[in-house]
Amino acid sequence: MNRLSWIKPGWGILPVIVFLVVWELVARFNLAPGQFLFPPFSAVVTEFYHLVVNGVLGRNFLSSLSRVLIGLSAGSIAGIAMGILMGWKEIANKALNPIFSLFYPIPALGWLPLLMLWLGINEALPITIIFICSFFPVMYNTITGVKNVNQGYVKTARALGASDRRILTTVVIPLAIPNIFTGLRLEAGMAWRVIIAAEMVAIPTGIGALMMKAESLIRIDIIIVCLIVLAVMCLSFEKFFAYIEMRLTRQWK
Amino acid sequence: MPSIEFRNICKYVCSNVNFTVPDKDLLVLLGHNGAGKTTLLNIVAGFVDYNGSVLLDGMPIDRVPANKRGIGYVSQDLSLFPHLTVVDNIAYGLKASKHYNGCEVADRVNELMDMMRIPHLASRYPAGLSGGEKQRVALARAMAPSPRVLLLDEPLGGLDTQTSKYLRVELRRIQRKLGITTMYVTHDLTEAEEMADRIVVIDKGHIEQLGRPEEVFFYPASKIVSDFVGMPNILDCAYCHNLGNGVVEVGCGGLPVIVPHDGNSVKRIALFPRDIYISDTLPPGPGVNRFTGLVTSIEDTREMVRLEVAAGDNKLVAELPHHIFEDMDLAVGKNVYLILKLRRIKVHEAKHL
Repeated sequence: MNRLSWIKPGWGILPVIVFLVVWELVARFNLAPGQFLFPPFSAVVTEFYHLVVNGVLGRNFLSSLSRVLIGLSAGSIAGIAMGILMGWKEIANKALNPIFSLFYPIPALGWLPLLMLWLGINEALPITIIFICSFFPVMYNTITGVKNVNQGYVKTARALGASDRRILTTVVIPLAIPNIFTGLRLEAGMAWRVIIAAEMVAIPTGIGALMMKAESLIRIDIIIVCLIVLAVMCLSFEKFFAYIEMRLTRQWK
Repeated sequence: MPSIEFRNICKYVCSNVNFTVPDKDLLVLLGHNGAGKTTLLNIVAGFVDYNGSVLLDGMPIDRVPANKRGIGYVSQDLSLFPHLTVVDNIAYGLKASKHYNGCEVADRVNELMDMMRIPHLASRYPAGLSGGEKQRVALARAMAPSPRVLLLDEPLGGLDTQTSKYLRVELRRIQRKLGITTMYVTHDLTEAEEMADRIVVIDKGHIEQLGRPEEVFFYPASKIVSDFVGMPNILDCAYCHNLGNGVVEVGCGGLPVIVPHDGNSVKRIALFPRDIYISDTLPPGPGVNRFTGLVTSIEDTREMVRLEVAAGDNKLVAELPHHIFEDMDLAVGKNVYLILKLRRIKVHEAKHL
């Protein structure tokens, strides 16, 4: 019998509770140097409540969320479309891959100075950054997914009378879903990390901007609230795409 | 159903291949790996470019794209679409053709599932099917759009002997019932003999022999064909006496051989080298199919020891495992006893050719 089999489902929360209790005790009993730099967990919860009630957290959260949703959706749709084109048509792959290979290694935040000058400081800036951040990985994962579809399926579908378009929509794309979702899952979390960084540096609103304001006011509790929100959002987005993938493929994978 | 004609086909190893598969025939393409069997199927299916011409019922199809050729194709790995249920797999070609409405698709799918005896699998996905069930689904899918010809590329490979044998019978039954011209690739001689109307033996892209199974077996056109069918000892029969009770006596090069057969027109018999017992002492039992012979050559292959023995006017080749050979005191020029395994003797009657 497995030594860990006595651990029941749901008990995974236990280490988190232990961590929070230790955190609370260490802060309460001044066991960490510099008390104001290490607020207890209860203070963070209280501040979370205040930020929610006065609307500051909600306003900034919605700013970040809308940027992530728009940028991620646009980048993913464009990435999937381009990936399908390049994975399915070798000529498109040969024509476009050299260009994309050149741009792909540039980190999304590396575009920030250029885009600030081109687009100015407005909503288009973070959305474009998220677009770039999600476009390339989703595209490359889609290309891999499309190219990895067993050619036996394509040949069989063709012999059964299917046109290229039908083969693409009924065989290739469905079978590329696991690869496409690998890209989406990774980039959903990455989009949040990037938007926070962009907001810290260049955008005056959003969770990242709130964190920078809190830093200037030495409000550790607000910074921690923002980090927790960030962690929850990264995790939620990744889990959301994992769930969708599971729903789409669970019967045949 | 149309005939399939190959005219001067050149592709990969295949060079200048010419032959015809008659209407409604099941032609087995027999050959080693890399001989060009699958290439010929791919050419008919339109999956590859090639030089030469393929005619279906006298009409060239070289410029017809693969999805318009009306071909039923089953590959060795079956390529069942993993994301579709059995019903959707079978319906795939029907929906692609756009000639069937929803009800007709459903009716045809049900008809094929009944024919293949798989209605209970309708809502299952390929991942949950056994090897035999997958074969049936793949065949049903290939036959659903009523293809003009059926191309089967080792469709029973990887199955256990029992299932494979059962499905061969089923497949042959359905092929005969529908009268669909079929090309069937295999490198299994037993499979070929059981299924084929005709066999074409291919080696390095070259047609070595095309004929009925017994023709290929009893009258191999070349050493390559003989090697492929297991290098049987083939003996001409000078006479044939029906002894009743399902046995006949045939005279082969001065040896009276008893053969399980009902008839009196046996022209040739064949026996694989592994089906001849060799003994250096007089074997016990009745003297039926027991002869003496003189060892004329001994060849030591890695797997077996191959002996050529002169018996009567015949030169018989027998194979012995190493350990049995070493237990006997055998040498060229020594006399040995031979026993021909009764049930292993294959018979060819004159009326077949």
